[in-house]
Amino acid sequence: MHGYFGSEDSGKVDSTDRRQRSSLQVCDGEKPVHRNDRETAESSSMSGFQDRFFGTAKSLVRSVMFFAVGGVLLAMAAVSLRGQTDCLACHGDKTMQDSAGHSISVDGKTFSASVHGSFKCNDCHADIKEYPHPDKVAKVDCKKCHADEASGLAGSVHSSSAEHPCTSCHGDAHAIFPKADARSSVYPLNVPGTCGKCHGDGAMANKHGLRNVYPAYMDSIHGFALSKEGLLVAANCQSCHGSHHILSRKDPQSPTYKTNIPKTCGSCHAKIELDYENGAHGHAVAAGDLKAPVCTDCHTAHAILQPTEAAFRTQSTPICGSCHTDKMSTYRDTFHSQLGSLGGYVETARCWDCHGAHEILPASDPRSPIAAANLVKTCGRCHAGANLSFVQYQPHANARDRKLNPALYYVRLFMNVLLISVLTFFLIHTILWLFRARFEQIRKGSGDGEKNA
Amino acid sequence: MPELERIEEPRVTEPGEKERYFIRFTLAQRYLHAVLFTTFLGLAATGLPLRFSESVWARELARVVGGFGAILFFHKFCALALTLAFLIHVKDLATRAFVHHEKGIFWGNTSMVANWKDVKDLFGHLRWFIGMGPRPTFERYAYWEKFDYWAVFWGMVVIGFSGYAMWFAPFFARFLPGWALNAVLVVHSEEGLLAILFIFSIHFVNTHLRPDSFPMDMVIFTGVESEEEFKTKRPQEYQRLARQGKLNARVGQAPASWQIHFARVVGFTAILIGLTLLVLTLSAYFT
Repeated sequence: MHGYFGSEDSGKVDSTDRRQRSSLQVCDGEKPVHRNDRETAESSSMSGFQDRFFGTAKSLVRSVMFFAVGGVLLAMAAVSLRGQTDCLACHGDKTMQDSAGHSISVDGKTFSASVHGSFKCNDCHADIKEYPHPDKVAKVDCKKCHADEASGLAGSVHSSSAEHPCTSCHGDAHAIFPKADARSSVYPLNVPGTCGKCHGDGAMANKHGLRNVYPAYMDSIHGFALSKEGLLVAANCQSCHGSHHILSRKDPQSPTYKTNIPKTCGSCHAKIELDYENGAHGHAVAAGDLKAPVCTDCHTAHAILQPTEAAFRTQSTPICGSCHTDKMSTYRDTFHSQLGSLGGYVETARCWDCHGAHEILPASDPRSPIAAANLVKTCGRCHAGANLSFVQYQPHANARDRKLNPALYYVRLFMNVLLISVLTFFLIHTILWLFRARFEQIRKGSGDGEKNA
Repeated sequence: MPELERIEEPRVTEPGEKERYFIRFTLAQRYLHAVLFTTFLGLAATGLPLRFSESVWARELARVVGGFGAILFFHKFCALALTLAFLIHVKDLATRAFVHHEKGIFWGNTSMVANWKDVKDLFGHLRWFIGMGPRPTFERYAYWEKFDYWAVFWGMVVIGFSGYAMWFAPFFARFLPGWALNAVLVVHSEEGLLAILFIFSIHFVNTHLRPDSFPMDMVIFTGVESEEEFKTKRPQEYQRLARQGKLNARVGQAPASWQIHFARVVGFTAILIGLTLLVLTLSAYFT
């Protein structure tokens, strides 16, 4: 089997090359065996020998005997060499199985087209030196050539080679293609499916305490771009997580570690990363405030939605509100929130319609959309005809805070007193009346009220 | 009864008729009430989901009718219809007061304006509730009916103004201070809530569900009430009309059976919707 795995076709085209490659390999008994063309050359040089030493009969006979035997041996060796070299003679059989019933057949055609197609079988299956070979053969060690990848993998979350052999991502060892090749399991459009083999499996996710992120990703804006548009630059799993040296998001070295996320997303969304870093959240994170949000806190990591979509508009406000609780509660009191909470109407102002999304700046900053000088413009984006008086409206007014909003506080107080006193009085009035009227009816013995119906 | 003196409806009393029916409301007044309660139900049904937009039923309701856009459309549509009805009513009042010089509008036995008798009636009624005095005898409009009227009148002015101020905020901002734009929402929702709670509990019980009228006072739907009911509920008016010899002028036709069936269906539907909204409101308020 110590030949090459080339297909019959490529064998024909490429036979010289194949022969050269196979020349050093195989042994017959203990003797090195040479390949056919060299053998032919050697045969001619043998004839020269014979001519030179023809003079001595004895030596002639010995020479003839020696070379005859050697020639026969060599000829026999060449025949047997042919059979051993072509592993595919056996492994090309599609039904070939090992004793455990696993397929050990190799599709020579696919292999020869694969990234390793120019290699000989025992470049990788290095423990096999002769035919017949032992039933049990050693596992192929990819790291012999791919040392960098192997060392990356060793320090990663996928370090256990028993659970994560190279083939778990790269697929069939005899059909590995370059990642730019659409047939590759790590071709950008195939990456989610490859990772999803495990990470789309709920049981596997549970076992490792992970969320089942595959469906979330596939329904995200990145997933759609990838699966629907075939956009090669759309983020796939390894765009953010890396490939071999994948680290837990808790590892400060990981591209998905909180403080590294803006940079990770920024590798595509460069302008937004810049805006973010100039904004209040970016400043806070840079200053070491890990409570401040990074990209994924608002956009989520996998189920990222198109921000202009209704679904994102409705889900975004509570996300801001999960930190800005005071602003959230006053926002909830406003028409903006009341309208916005009801499905189907997404146009009302959300946090970032007024505050900006990435470059969020305090009102004291003249560049901020909520700086006093910019309010007419900011409100005017929705409210045509907004003027200086209109923008006095306080989108976070607190009617319960007498110091902050005295006028509003007293208006609310008046309305509440009115509501409670009217209802209380009439509730008592009505209940008393009910009892009295019923009592009167019973006393008069005409309790069915039929006459009035 | 100035407004009733102008009634052109036929007043036929069949000879030998067992029971006489007396007209209490004109057709226009009954229509006004119909427009009022249908638009009010519509406004309540579309306003409550906004007021309690965080509650599950509000979101479900909004989803069912086509989202907030649909809700706001219905709300504004009902608001415009109610505004129109209100303006017609005010115009009618103004014509009667200033063109026909009906002084009875502002003062007297048939006026909606509260007077000293209403105060005495209120306390007398309360005393009667607890068995400490005789039942007061009422005129054409009892004090709680006047309260209902003025509550709705005031409510329409307040809710209407604050509603339009929100609808056309940039326009109203030209002459309202900034904080008023915040205040109008508070006013609109609190006054709306008061109206809803009042109508769906107090008005329903006082007017329709109390034992004297149970299960429903049909007079606002048919326009007429039986002589006995008239005598029991408003003895002072009955006696005054009898004294003045105007009783016959008030006699109307007994309601047709289809009228009663129709009124029952409409009335019970309205009450059912109202009570449902009341339960939803209370559930949202206390959760």
